Amino acid sequence: MTVSPVLSVEDLHVRYGGSHVLQGVSFDVPARGVTALLGRNGVGKTTTLKALLGLAPRQGRITLQGNDIGRGKTFRLVRGGIGYVPEDRDVFGGLTVDENLRLVGRDVGVGAPVVGELFPDLVARRKQRAGTLSGGQQQMVALARVLLRDNVLLLVDEPTKGLAPKLVTEVADVLARVAERTPILLVEQNLPLVRRIAHTVVVLDAGRVVHRGDAAALLADANLTRELLGVSLRRPTGDDAGPAEPHTEPHTEPHAESPQDRS
Amino acid sequence: MSTALLLVVTGLGLGALYFLAASGLSLIYGLMGVLNFAHGAFMLAGAYAGWLTMGALPASVPLGVKLLLAVLVATAVGAVVGFLVEVVLIRPLYRRHIQQVLVTVGLSLAGTAAVQGIWGSDPHPIEKPAWVAGTTEVAGAQLPNDRFLYIGVAVIVFLGLLALLRFTRLGLVIRAGVENRTMVEALGIDVQRTFTVVFAMGGAAAGLAGILYATYAGSVSPAQGAALLIFAFIVVVIGGMGSFVGTAVAAVVVGLVQQLANYYAASGVGDLSVVLLLAVVLLVRRPSIEAGRA
Repeated sequence: MTVSPVLSVEDLHVRYGGSHVLQGVSFDVPARGVTALLGRNGVGKTTTLKALLGLAPRQGRITLQGNDIGRGKTFRLVRGGIGYVPEDRDVFGGLTVDENLRLVGRDVGVGAPVVGELFPDLVARRKQRAGTLSGGQQQMVALARVLLRDNVLLLVDEPTKGLAPKLVTEVADVLARVAERTPILLVEQNLPLVRRIAHTVVVLDAGRVVHRGDAAALLADANLTRELLGVSLRRPTGDDAGPAEPHTEPHTEPHAESPQDRS
Repeated sequence: MSTALLLVVTGLGLGALYFLAASGLSLIYGLMGVLNFAHGAFMLAGAYAGWLTMGALPASVPLGVKLLLAVLVATAVGAVVGFLVEVVLIRPLYRRHIQQVLVTVGLSLAGTAAVQGIWGSDPHPIEKPAWVAGTTEVAGAQLPNDRFLYIGVAVIVFLGLLALLRFTRLGLVIRAGVENRTMVEALGIDVQRTFTVVFAMGGAAAGLAGILYATYAGSVSPAQGAALLIFAFIVVVIGGMGSFVGTAVAAVVVGLVQQLANYYAASGVGDLSVVLLLAVVLLVRRPSIEAGRA
């Protein structure tokens, strides 16, 4: 039986001034598990997430659980069930951990069961200003913040960027647990982490989708991985969500494939 | 000693008026990034609404009650004007800063012209209750009572807004929005509605400042809004754009510097010294002006 996707994106375009950043991106996000949005730097991954949330000027058809959300305001989309963890965490540094969480979970803050379950360290740091936390702790605040809502989809942008290997593993653990309940569209350059938690991949290049398919299959194919992402992945080990390398390399030239070539 | 005390209290009184005028500007800029040049028109609306209220009340009403009602009406009118301006003129122009400046400058000019057209260019005197017009002797100095009124009102407004910022959900959203309003919206919060509330709050503070400044000047006149707006902007910049507590401190400093310079240097030097203070702050503390928003 085919399960309907939680999110469908058709012919998504984003233009900033004279720059045509997304050029007809189309893909589905399955209703379960982690879908990784991959690609070299600057190909439009973060822009895609922002466009889905209405934070970038967009054209195209976007449906969430069958409902058209292509014109919705950002706060309504979030209330409708899209949680967003931005690339740079964007915690409010002048607010305490508890205040950061209370922005979403009005009455509970760090007292919410999900915080105690997944982020016990934040409970102890509830009165600490978020700006004084480490990068990993700020990432936990950013994740905890969105989990205080009942989401139908999470958009998570490079959650392990700049984190120490131990913290990368912790973040991967949290994402894997969250994905048991809520599908995640994950932008990530840490391929070992992708291999560990993602089920599906969508690869972008120069603002277009150049590959869609099974995550394990792509990452097992060294030639294809190198061709699409500019890097090959070492063989899986016991700690394959650990050190944040190898990462994909900066984008150099657009690929020539059409969006359907590798679907 | 008595002269120094008089100057300090007078400076604090003036600083209190500057704070009331600047607090709304600071909140609006901090949260919304809008440089509201129409703030002077808000103050003018409050001042004239208060003056009209006092004139409309029967002579049998005690002057103190008239002034109290004038203050309430001025504050309410400021809030309503702020609300309408945000909804009708500012909302369609968010993130279009040049257009915002043009619209708010135009509104300021139009507001002043409208007041001139309706009530004329001449000042209209405002009566003050006996206690407000009188003085109190402290340590040999005859201190004008109205200064205590301004200081008291400013302290109440400061503590009220501070409590709102620290202890309410609206304040939490405002503080977060000052840091990163896009992220506030990305957390599912209708930041647009908060913008409207903050604009109305800023308008209310401006209306209050307008009527109190009119009692300080002894009259209402069309030029008052622009005159007070200049000092309000100076206070906001010195205090750190968007920093509420910084605005309060800067208002006190500007009021004191202006009074002391006017007395100890020469009459009129006070305004110049405030502008010099602004220049020094901009040159010495340039990075913190931007950081002040955080």
